[in-house]
Amino acid sequence: MNVFISNRIGDIQPFGDDMANPIWIVRDYERCSGCRRCELACSMHHEDWMWPEASRVRVFMPFPGLEVPHLCAQCDDYPCVKACPVEALSVDEDTTAVLVGREKCVGCGKCIGACPGEVPFLHPEDDKATICDLCEGDPECVKVCHEARYDALRVVEEKMNVHRKLFSRHPVDVAKDLAVKLFGEKGEEVI
Amino acid sequence: MPGGYAGKFLDVDLTREKLKDITFDDETLEAYFGGRGLAAKILWDRIGAKWPKVDPLGPENIFIALTGPMTGIFPGGRICCSGKSPLSNGTVGSTASTEFAPELKMAGYDGVIVTGKASGPVYILVTDDGGEIRDASHLWGKVGEETIKILNKEVTAELTKRKPNVGLWKEPGMIYIGPAGENMVRNAAVMSKICHAAGYGGYGAVMGSKNLKAIVAKGRGPLPKVFAPEAVKLLWKRVHEITIGQDGFRRRGTGYAGYSVGADTSSEPVRNWQEEWHDERGYGGPMFESRYWVKKYWADFNCTLSCMKISCIKSGRWKGDITDMPDYELEAYCGTNLGIFDPGDNVHMSAIIDNLGHSGINGPNTMAFAAELYQRGILAKEDFGFEPKWGDAEAFTKLAWLIAKREKIGDVLAEGTYRAAKKISKMKGVDVMPYAVHVKGIEIGAHGTRSDADYTHDACYAVSVEGGDHTSTASDGYKEMSSSIFSDSAVFCNFCGAPQELIFDYAKAITGFPITQEGWRRVNGPRIVTLQRALLLMGGPDLFWVPIEDDDNPRRFYEPLPSGPYKGRTTDKELVEQKRAAYFETLGWDERGIPKRETLEKLGLADLEPVMKKLKK
Repeated sequence: MNVFISNRIGDIQPFGDDMANPIWIVRDYERCSGCRRCELACSMHHEDWMWPEASRVRVFMPFPGLEVPHLCAQCDDYPCVKACPVEALSVDEDTTAVLVGREKCVGCGKCIGACPGEVPFLHPEDDKATICDLCEGDPECVKVCHEARYDALRVVEEKMNVHRKLFSRHPVDVAKDLAVKLFGEKGEEVI
Repeated sequence: MPGGYAGKFLDVDLTREKLKDITFDDETLEAYFGGRGLAAKILWDRIGAKWPKVDPLGPENIFIALTGPMTGIFPGGRICCSGKSPLSNGTVGSTASTEFAPELKMAGYDGVIVTGKASGPVYILVTDDGGEIRDASHLWGKVGEETIKILNKEVTAELTKRKPNVGLWKEPGMIYIGPAGENMVRNAAVMSKICHAAGYGGYGAVMGSKNLKAIVAKGRGPLPKVFAPEAVKLLWKRVHEITIGQDGFRRRGTGYAGYSVGADTSSEPVRNWQEEWHDERGYGGPMFESRYWVKKYWADFNCTLSCMKISCIKSGRWKGDITDMPDYELEAYCGTNLGIFDPGDNVHMSAIIDNLGHSGINGPNTMAFAAELYQRGILAKEDFGFEPKWGDAEAFTKLAWLIAKREKIGDVLAEGTYRAAKKISKMKGVDVMPYAVHVKGIEIGAHGTRSDADYTHDACYAVSVEGGDHTSTASDGYKEMSSSIFSDSAVFCNFCGAPQELIFDYAKAITGFPITQEGWRRVNGPRIVTLQRALLLMGGPDLFWVPIEDDDNPRRFYEPLPSGPYKGRTTDKELVEQKRAAYFETLGWDERGIPKRETLEKLGLADLEPVMKKLKK
């Protein structure tokens, strides 16, 4: 693989056309039913059991009907990776996912603070940073969402771009937008 | 601990402000599972023979919110609310879909049992660190939407304060009451997610009587361990395949039935059940869908059926109203039964009923009863302060508030249809019982028996231990024991579409209990229903049911249908009597439906015998 990305900012190089498989999970909030099967599938894959709060995708619902799947948006500048003081985070050069070196992670939470959407969280069992790793290119959450024909989460092969980071937002802020979109003026006051 | 159980229950004494964790032995859990069954067991064990003296709205009653071992792990997780019912004076296992249920389990609890009465408004917060009682005076009087908004913010902020470094805290799950529950409107619901309700039984009023505004749960743990995890994972996939395959149900929910149950099967209540037929095509599902459904596939935790659809009114006089679909029951009870055939008016009525915390079936049943009394000149404009004319959504909005606040005639109507009928008969010197559509104090769901074309037949409400509850109707005293009695006790939604065999395989893989469908039909189910029957017959203190006489349909169900393709048809009284006798016999009850001694012994309920013996005299 000729694209090298380290966990230091100066070394991050632009992704070239020769990226093997840069993927991204499209999130279409209006299509999310709130079934949370993505959380169950994710945690069964990563934790071997149903554990929504350890799932790398978490569906927030600040008001009923406003379901927001919250997961890593793989920003083009990877602020979480840069913020890690112990170099526990790196970027998968194939998929562009953020990978957590759990043995290095000290659970300081700096990655959470650096993320514009506060996406990472500390694992409820051992307080290690927990971030979507795209399941090595074949995300479980997307599979079950597609099976149920919601397609609120969908994998696309897409080169790194400036839009990704804009999806890294606080889920309550996303829900506030969604509220107005679905409920009109009333949406301004439900959250 | 058997699989599927978090392992402990939170026992809260609101009077003494004491909380403790309790457990049940494996035998009790295997016999009763959870939810409806375990709640009846807890109630009998704790209240016992003094049952008839316990006021359902007094501090000595117990409010119970239980999951079951399948909750959250099987698709479609629900919470089951119970206690001594202020409507039937027996018990109901009243379930609602809500994330509160899995959150409770992920916090390490299988249920919450609440006794006593708080000195002021409170809510209970359950987290990984245990339970706590918190002030709710700022929430008292708030409608559903406001309650959710405030609690989501408040609890999330509090949990963030306690553990600020773990990342974003997701909002908690909750059950709560609206003004109707606070003011102890007897048929008020326990609410969740603005429009989900544990509607039957009047448990919103029981929460209100305890000054308990809400129970809120947030857990960070996994769902409980199960007996055979690999089997559960496979079964999980299989059941979801089946659920996803229910395309018609997924597209329409029950939201198309507001037209078809009237037009097709003539079993939809119209103007307080004076008719059960209509052919109002403007009330068809597609009309709701095209104008109001803003989210067409809406689901609860671990459910892919998404039979709910979020409706919102974006213009006109009801602008800003939000509810789901409405589903069939509310299309009927907040629509046709009030003479309302306009989809927008129906969405509005459903939204206001939910927001006030009325049960969407039971509360409006009483409203329609009042409207018929107005139609007949028995109640007058002065009783209401306005005219509750059929089809007038504005007037019915006022009536919903009047009952929720117990103002004017609303104070009488807040007693539920049956008790209100008794009071009004006395007040006005006219027998109004013929217009009260209930069985044993529980207003009947929106499926009539007269056309015999729906799933509800002859004695299905008359002999049910949960009276008018359309989600748990009686059939033959055998088949339903492994369906509704089981799903209310294992606590999951029975809309998933999976065959019973698969459900029982799933239950075995979760719990490790050697249960069978036949065992539930012959022993476990009958044990629960027999216990419920005993408690129902014990009743009191304000009323006692008379066996046979009260094991019957409301009088209206024997009037011939006045219109539609089934005009002239009515419920066959002789068949009701035959079915009733057969039902009692199948369950080992005597000819008056009092459980026999040998039945009690066989089911491990021998301690009920002294009380049943008294009833036989």
